[in-house]
Amino acid sequence: MLSAQIPDQVGDDGGSVMSGSDRASEDFDVSEYLFGHVGDAYEWHITTINEKEIAIPLPCIVIENGVHVFTLHHAEENGYTLNEDGKLVNAQTLRRPLDISITKNVLGLMIDSLLLVVLILLCARWYRTHDVLKEKPTGLAALLEPVIVMIEQDVVKDAVGPEYKRFSPYLLTAFFFILINNLMGIVPVFPGGANITGNIAVTGVLALFTFLMVNLFGNKHYWKDILWPDVPIFLKAIPIMPLIEILGMFTKPFSLMIRLFANILAGHIMLLSVIMLIFLTAAMGPVLNGSMTLIAALFGVFLDCLELLVAFLQAYVFTMLSAVFIGLAHQHPETETN
Amino acid sequence: MSLITPDFGLLFWMVVIFGIVFFLLAKFGFPVITNAVQKRSDHIADSLKAADEAQARLAGMAEEHARMIEETRLEQSRILREASESRERIIAQAKEDAAAEAAKLLDHAKVEIAAERESAIRDIRRQVAMISVEVAEKIVRKDLDEGDGQLALLDRLVEEAEQAQIPN
Repeated sequence: MLSAQIPDQVGDDGGSVMSGSDRASEDFDVSEYLFGHVGDAYEWHITTINEKEIAIPLPCIVIENGVHVFTLHHAEENGYTLNEDGKLVNAQTLRRPLDISITKNVLGLMIDSLLLVVLILLCARWYRTHDVLKEKPTGLAALLEPVIVMIEQDVVKDAVGPEYKRFSPYLLTAFFFILINNLMGIVPVFPGGANITGNIAVTGVLALFTFLMVNLFGNKHYWKDILWPDVPIFLKAIPIMPLIEILGMFTKPFSLMIRLFANILAGHIMLLSVIMLIFLTAAMGPVLNGSMTLIAALFGVFLDCLELLVAFLQAYVFTMLSAVFIGLAHQHPETETN
Repeated sequence: MSLITPDFGLLFWMVVIFGIVFFLLAKFGFPVITNAVQKRSDHIADSLKAADEAQARLAGMAEEHARMIEETRLEQSRILREASESRERIIAQAKEDAAAEAAKLLDHAKVEIAAERESAIRDIRRQVAMISVEVAEKIVRKDLDEGDGQLALLDRLVEEAEQAQIPN
């Protein structure tokens, strides 16, 4: 994400010495720069060197009267074009087809997920092949075990209560899934850099899973609390409270979705904006540009550290709140009266 | 730009990918790890409890040990006391026995001695009687034989008596 534009700048600087310095800033499109990095795309743009784009072509998969598979360069030949949002539309009708392309975010998701699955299964393999009573964990197991134990014992067990064993696989999966995608989002070069957890579709699906986990396994008391809560009867006769409670069922995961999405997106935009200073000041002379470059680099380091913290924190918060919501759906009346 | 409108394709792939990841990790990943960790922490808890019990038992054993030593010491002193008592008793008994025996022997000896003396006296008496008889016989025989030879006879008698007295 960061380095993606920097070689660009190096190339531009080489040119600007000869052709005048004002060209770079006029060419610089802030909106395209920002949204090009935080948005989704049909190819994985890595860098541009001397006006030549280096990008990984990704398969566009469109279902409209049969399945069409092509790369973005061949979109026109297949009768599709990009609309102003950068999405594939039918060239004639300008309508969105059913589009399940492997986009940049999808590929990023696949890579990160594969990495996650490999890491966790390797860790699990250590426990399968070693006697845990005789050996202390080494390597990957030693790295992951404290985190897993922390999430399971301090977050899941405390928030969910006695039935935590049923839910800890989901919550651990959610935690590590968010964490690895957050961290890979900070990595600026190819396998990372996609703004995955800063995409509302991704956080929406995560929140949907939490919603299902809460509501599919909620106990009798949870449903009674929603549909017939302990409030004066006139609040239930015209079902005000039940309506509010049912709304609450949806606002909880909705807040999860928005929180994760907004935090990660904001982090990416902040980092991009700081780096953008370098390109915006490129036209203002070498002194200003140089000092701004230094400031931007220092701020970039600071923000990267902050993003590392946020990456962990948001994964933690999502997991903890999911655990709390699941725990609320498993309360028993006697514990509530206490 | 469509930052806040979820894209269907991404939704679809996210459901598929997260579903697969969830399935794999929930089936083959996390339960293995958490169960192993649980097993270990149970083991540690058990071991701590066992160590505690062992320590308590050890303390109990030390107490038992001390008690046994004390008992042994008492037993030992009792045995020693009994031994010394019985020794003294035996010695006293032996002394008593010895004294009795000695008295008996003494009595016996006295009786013996008395008997000896009696027999010796009797013997002496008999010899004296015999000697007297002999003397008398000889005197009588000489007297009867010849008168002039009386002096020679007396001399000889005295001589014989002297000779007879010497071996006595």
